This record gives sequence, C-alpha cells and structure tokens, in this order.
Amino acid sequence: MIRTIHVFILVFVAVAGLMSLSASAQTPNEVLAAIKNEAKISNPAFQGFSADRGANFFKQKHANELSCASCHTDNPAATGKHAKTGKIIKAMAPAANAERFTETAKVEKWFKRNCNDVLERACTPQEKGDVITYLLTVKS
Amino acid sequence: MLFDSKKVLPMFTVVLLLTGGMMSVAHAEDEDDEERAPAAKNVLWQTECGSCHVAFPPRLLPSGSWRAVMSGLDKHFGSDASLDPAAAKEIGAFLQKNAGSNRSSSSGKPILRITETRWFVREHDEVPDRVWKNPKVKSAANCAACHTEAESGNYGERSIRIPK
Repeated sequence: MIRTIHVFILVFVAVAGLMSLSASAQTPNEVLAAIKNEAKISNPAFQGFSADRGANFFKQKHANELSCASCHTDNPAATGKHAKTGKIIKAMAPAANAERFTETAKVEKWFKRNCNDVLERACTPQEKGDVITYLLTVKS
Repeated sequence: MLFDSKKVLPMFTVVLLLTGGMMSVAHAEDEDDEERAPAAKNVLWQTECGSCHVAFPPRLLPSGSWRAVMSGLDKHFGSDASLDPAAAKEIGAFLQKNAGSNRSSSSGKPILRITETRWFVREHDEVPDRVWKNPKVKSAANCAACHTEAESGNYGERSIRIPK
C-alpha cells in the first residue's frame, strides 16, 4: 500500500515537472525580443531587424565555403542534413517545426557553435536577430 | 543566462526520475554480447552528443580517449561542439563511468575515433568498400545508416540493413 502511494507521488511529481517545463518555454518572439535588447546595447544606432538581410546572411557563403544553408538547405521549412555526419536536422522555420527558438539557452548554444564553424567568429546580435526574423517569415 | 531559475527545479526532478529508471538498465551489461546488451544511458549525453551524430556508446572508447574528446569539444573533428561547464561535467562523468577498456593505441596516445579502434576494424572487416562510399552512408560515423536501431543503442546483427 505504501509502495502504491509512493509510485503515485513519483508519477505526480514527474508529470507536474514536465508540465511546468512546457509552461515556462519561450515563444520565438520572446527569444527575438531578448536579442533585440542585446542589439540595442551593443549598437546605439540599431535600427531594427530585417528579414531580407537575414535571408541573405542565411544563404550566403562565409568562411570555409560554408553557409547556414550548407546544412539547413536553402529552404528553412525543409529538413536539413549535417554536412559531415549526414544526420538529419529538423526544419529551422518555426512554421514547420514549433520547437525552434523556444529556449534562449539552446538558441545561444547553437549560434555560438555554428557561427564559429561557418564564420570563424561569433555572430553579432544584429545578425542573429536578422536570421530569426527571416526564419519567422518562412511559411511551411 | 544559461539557466532559468523557474526551469531548474522541474528539470532536475524529471532528470532525476529518468536516470533512476536507467541506472537499473546500466548494470545489466553483458560482456559476451555487447552489441545487444542494454547500454548505459544518460539523458544529457543522449541529447547533446546525439544532436549531430548518434550518441556513441561510452564503452566503445577507453576513459583516456573520452577525456581527450571532452577536453577538445570546441574543435571536435572540425566542428565547434562546445558545451556549458555543467553539461560538460555531467557528460564527462557519465563517459568515464561507462568507458570501455583495453583499447589503447600502440603509440600510447588516446584514440579519438571509434573507427580507429581494433575492435571497430575487426567488427567491420567484412563490409565492402562500396558500402562505405555509398552516399547514403557518407561517413563511418553514420552508424544509423546500417544499424537501424543505433539511436536506441541496439547494434545487434538482426537490426543491420545495408543500404543499396
């Protein structure tokens, strides 16, 4: 009997934990707003993000003949593929994949890694914001 | 910045409960048939190591190799795979605890590629060149190209399908 109660308590705690996890997830617009604040701080002349600039940045080749599109393809609503390992990468556009840009720590982790690989430097808040603004305009 | 305080407690609870269930599995490793033995698992290892390639089973490299891999994540086979310190610590400890043995190289330097271990070479010596060159395989790191259940840690013979 005591064991049954324990199991119930465990299940309840696990479910409550999972629910509060999803409840505290961010929206892409919240993630973008945080990057906008960074952009304003790093550049007093900041004039907003541009989807066109983001699209160019996404498709253009940077250092090492690599672009974002090298792995994520020219269509961010499509499934991509890791250029080296061939592992499938889920779509980047939130319209096609609702998980995208819902967690600031994850967004920052991947910008840090991928900007280092593709540009051999960190991306500016302006560049990150332009890219997310572009990805938010892509229809599935 | 990295950890939202509202998230940490529930996340900790979930991870704790999940690892509890997996620890019992980790003890059941069978030395005679390690491809089919239930593999050691860790949620963070699975998500982090598994985001660019299959999360390679820790037993496939000795502890010295994993130490070397974990200390060079910012230049991980040509890619930046850096982790935040907390994640690196947890994954590093998991790899150390479940690392394999007896696979050090003759030069004494730690082997970084699983594909260079004697074990890997022996296990794959019947695989013809054309299979490795198949664009569907692309890389020897792409275990899942042939081991259809690699994602869940099953590398047994029965789940192997060589792509045409």
